[in-house]
Amino acid sequence: MMVAGCDVGSLTSKAVIMKDGKMVESVIIKSKARPGDSADAAMGQALSKTGLSMQDIGFCVGTGYGRDRISFVQEAVTEIACHGKGAQWLVPSARTVIDIGGQDCKAMRIDEQGNMIKFTANDKCASGTGRFLEVMAKVLHVELGDLGALSALSKNAITLASACTVWAQADVIQYLNSGVPVADIAAGINSAMASRMSIIVNNIGFERDVVMTGGVAKNAGVVSALEKLLGLRIKRVTRADPQLAGAIGAALIAMEKAQGGKS
Amino acid sequence: MIVAGCDVGSLTAKAVIIDENGIVASAMALAKRSPEESARAVMDQALNNAGVAMTDISWCVGTGYGRKHISFVNSVESEIACHGRGAVWQAPTARTVIDIGGPDCKAIKVDASGAVARFIYNDKCASGTGRFLEVIAEALEIKLDDLGDISLKSAKKITLSNQCVVFAETEIISLVNDGAEISDIIRALHHAVANRAAALAKSITIEKDIVMTGGVARNAGMFEALKSALGTDLLRVDNPQINGAIGAALMAMDAARGTPATEHRKEGALVE
Repeated sequence: MMVAGCDVGSLTSKAVIMKDGKMVESVIIKSKARPGDSADAAMGQALSKTGLSMQDIGFCVGTGYGRDRISFVQEAVTEIACHGKGAQWLVPSARTVIDIGGQDCKAMRIDEQGNMIKFTANDKCASGTGRFLEVMAKVLHVELGDLGALSALSKNAITLASACTVWAQADVIQYLNSGVPVADIAAGINSAMASRMSIIVNNIGFERDVVMTGGVAKNAGVVSALEKLLGLRIKRVTRADPQLAGAIGAALIAMEKAQGGKS
Repeated sequence: MIVAGCDVGSLTAKAVIIDENGIVASAMALAKRSPEESARAVMDQALNNAGVAMTDISWCVGTGYGRKHISFVNSVESEIACHGRGAVWQAPTARTVIDIGGPDCKAIKVDASGAVARFIYNDKCASGTGRFLEVIAEALEIKLDDLGDISLKSAKKITLSNQCVVFAETEIISLVNDGAEISDIIRALHHAVANRAAALAKSITIEKDIVMTGGVARNAGMFEALKSALGTDLLRVDNPQINGAIGAALMAMDAARGTPATEHRKEGALVE
């Protein structure tokens, strides 16, 4: 049976179609002004790529911050439940998941089924969230996705004096004006991001394996800085794009629901 | 005898010249490339306003973030000590000073002499500082100085759900897109800043009277918002933005007269 998961975030929206526990199709788009439109667009693209229609989907679960405004889902499930399941599917040995969203940072401990045991998050302060990197990329005039590769070229990383996005932005502008190479600034930005994330992770007390999901997991600069701070190796996600964790989890929960309603 | 205080902040520099009878002249300028340059420029302006020369100044005290880089001062004092001293001179019944500037927010408990008893300081997070107002004013293309008057026209109370400046900016833009009144939004902004500052102040247990200083105190809407966040009356002073420089000048007077300023020195050491 075909099932689907749709994760509507503040910055990006994701749709995943799965069959028998395997991923058939996935789509990541930039979120639109209305969460309902984002969901329609993401799911519409995933369906058209596979030549399926919504009728072919046995069960669809929505998640993410816009989950209550998705018209086509049978059920909406919290992000935390989906991210745990998704991370466990991506890396079965995962016991600690760090997920960076567009405007939050979550850390959770999960069991071998991907059920959440412990959870903590920051969604009050932009520092340590995807928004921090988004603001910084804009100031540097680089693509958000290029920050990781850019910081790898750094020879002499700067240190940002403040964790606050507003003050750090002023710092970055000053470094730019004084001619510091962009790569060195990018490396400083990634370190600041990791250092803020490490507070949340240390807060929850991590257990191996530790995995990172969300778009920031694709930023090698942040991942390696965080590894240094935590003193461990973060297990890389290779089975699918780490940004899809929430949507994958939603699809897995859709599968459970379709197979007899156990939740 | 005339003495001077020079307060070099990261965004603005202020200088005040006083004699036994009070303020002779003052000046304020945007910070320049270096603290030394800012200090010189603002002091020259104040000397010019007073019609005196640097050689006429018996003692000059430097304060503020750039205080260690001012070559012409005779001594330096901490910002906190200067703000406490200045506030009690401007408002003698004040026992708690809430100073909101562009880059920070301070809450200082003082005794009747203006000596610091306890203080707390936020320069780590832009929320609760004047920078919050600047960011939103820029985003809405409104002059910073107009925020106060605009907010006083507000007829409907709305509340921002975000305390973080970055998240609040997004929230405010969507409020504007949804057709909310600018005056209501600005009032909500003032309350967000005030709530944060009030929370900081309450953490050191506020004592009456409370006085508001710093550049942000010139904003009438912010003054009202802070009053309401504290749930108590709030004193105003004539020169909120040069309060630190006034305190520095008062300490310069002590030094020039040879008054042992041990109390203030000791408090100054707290901040180092």
